[in-house]
Amino acid sequence: MADVVLRAEGLDRHFGGVHAVREVSLEVRASEIHAVIGPNGAGKSTLINLLSGDLLPDAGTVRLGESDLSRASPNMRARAGIGRSYQKTTIFPRFSVFENVRLAAQAHAASPLAMVRGANADVAVSRHAADALLRAGLAERAKVMASSLSHGEQRQLEIAMVLATGARVVLLDEPLAGMSPSESRGMIDLILSLRPHCAVLLVEHDMDAVFELADRLTVMTDGRILATGEPQDVRKDPAVRSAYLGEDAAP
Amino acid sequence: MTRWIVAVVVVAAAVALPSIAPLYYVQFASKILIMGIAALALNLVVGHGGLVSLCHGALFGLAGYVLALTSPRYEAASLLLSLPLAVIASMIAALVFGVLALRTRGIYFIMVTLAFGEMLFFLFHDTKIAGGSDGAFIYFKPEIALAGRQLFDLDKPMTFYFTVLACAAVTIAFVAMLVRSPFGRALAAARDNEKRALSLGFPVFRVRLTAFVLSGALAGLAGYFSAAQFGFVAPQTLGWHVSATVLVMVLIGGQRSVVGPLLGAAVLLGLEEVLKASTEYWKLAEGFIVILLVILLPHGLWPMLARRAGDTHG
Repeated sequence: MADVVLRAEGLDRHFGGVHAVREVSLEVRASEIHAVIGPNGAGKSTLINLLSGDLLPDAGTVRLGESDLSRASPNMRARAGIGRSYQKTTIFPRFSVFENVRLAAQAHAASPLAMVRGANADVAVSRHAADALLRAGLAERAKVMASSLSHGEQRQLEIAMVLATGARVVLLDEPLAGMSPSESRGMIDLILSLRPHCAVLLVEHDMDAVFELADRLTVMTDGRILATGEPQDVRKDPAVRSAYLGEDAAP
Repeated sequence: MTRWIVAVVVVAAAVALPSIAPLYYVQFASKILIMGIAALALNLVVGHGGLVSLCHGALFGLAGYVLALTSPRYEAASLLLSLPLAVIASMIAALVFGVLALRTRGIYFIMVTLAFGEMLFFLFHDTKIAGGSDGAFIYFKPEIALAGRQLFDLDKPMTFYFTVLACAAVTIAFVAMLVRSPFGRALAAARDNEKRALSLGFPVFRVRLTAFVLSGALAGLAGYFSAAQFGFVAPQTLGWHVSATVLVMVLIGGQRSVVGPLLGAAVLLGLEEVLKASTEYWKLAEGFIVILLVILLPHGLWPMLARRAGDTHG
């Protein structure tokens, strides 16, 4: 098992009587895009929240490289190298685009909470932020208020923020939701450009995008993992065909 | 440019005030500066942190009680001893309140801080500490003395005025520094989107607690000088009325600025002074004016003045 970056084992989570995620184990390898698909309510977003620390599991472990982060808070996991985006755009709407990205870089600086110098005085942080904006294609929008960006640009900004944190693993929860075809195209290219730098775990409903992006695919239904593997193999899996694609498994 | 001219004029006027104005107004200016420090302190958590606290009156009053309790009956307390003690007491109270209250959000945070403030009120109201519900006098203002020789005496109105003026200047500089620092940006980020701040890796609880404790220290600084000025502490000096009054100062002045709350203190106290002299129903009139100000200038006076001066920073 070469270079597994993020490994989840036996993750389990209930919400009252709903068993949202059952004994889910999966791994994300370095420089791969790993897509998780499944019908609504399959537990995909819960899985992302369990990996990012927004939710704590009832059972199971999450490891980043060698370190066990199973009980770590979201901010500790972020500092350790897990970045994420949310299904609903989650940015700082009243700050400038640059300030959004600068804050992301600041959170991962050597002294993120210094009190005696100006926030813009850290040249390394500002350079990181500028780089991330450039890579996300938002360099020209740096001075604009984040709330006045278009929906597609706000999603790009989220990616830029994750880039600025220098995360080793990026969890993307439906990055293409609500995007126009041309915006989707740009986002797909942006996600592809992440691959050399970090591992990506992607939850997405747009199947064309998933098959274009994914190196490996995991299919979930009812909180369980149905199949994991290379996209073409998963596609042929009889259990997946019957449960998810709605086809009869027995020909 | 206009901004710097205004700043220089204001500082010059503040320094020259004791040599041109009658004593009464010098004392009144001291009161404005003291309440201004309290408003600057509260605004660190309210405006910059997005946390509306109603226990700051208690943190303010507690420091005054510490001065009363450390003052010998027939001589002055030592400034160098009682002031740090008072500030530390307010910081410890802020730490305890903050650790518990900062686990709640929004309206619950407001209610929990109100409850903590009232607990301190009833601690001094219902026990015999410092005169119970009657309060206690501080007959002599604090001094600095060396080997029996008095070097510095807050009993002199000029000394008192320049001391609180210096404290206000240091407070403004301190808050301005914090707000512009990485710490201040993290605090503002948590105010605007807590979830995102956490998922970027900011320890939001620790950032907020630190801001709360620093704010408590400044509130204590103000409360100490307020008790020294009036020579009296009572449970009312740490009740929720104090918190509410200071909050109104913050709202009038402008929460998103650094010095706005000081302006708010000057406007509210000045308004009271003018209305008291002209009508018996001054509280009613004051209430109407405050409501009008808040409706017409929801962001406070400072942003409007700053815009006039061609600059929105402050």
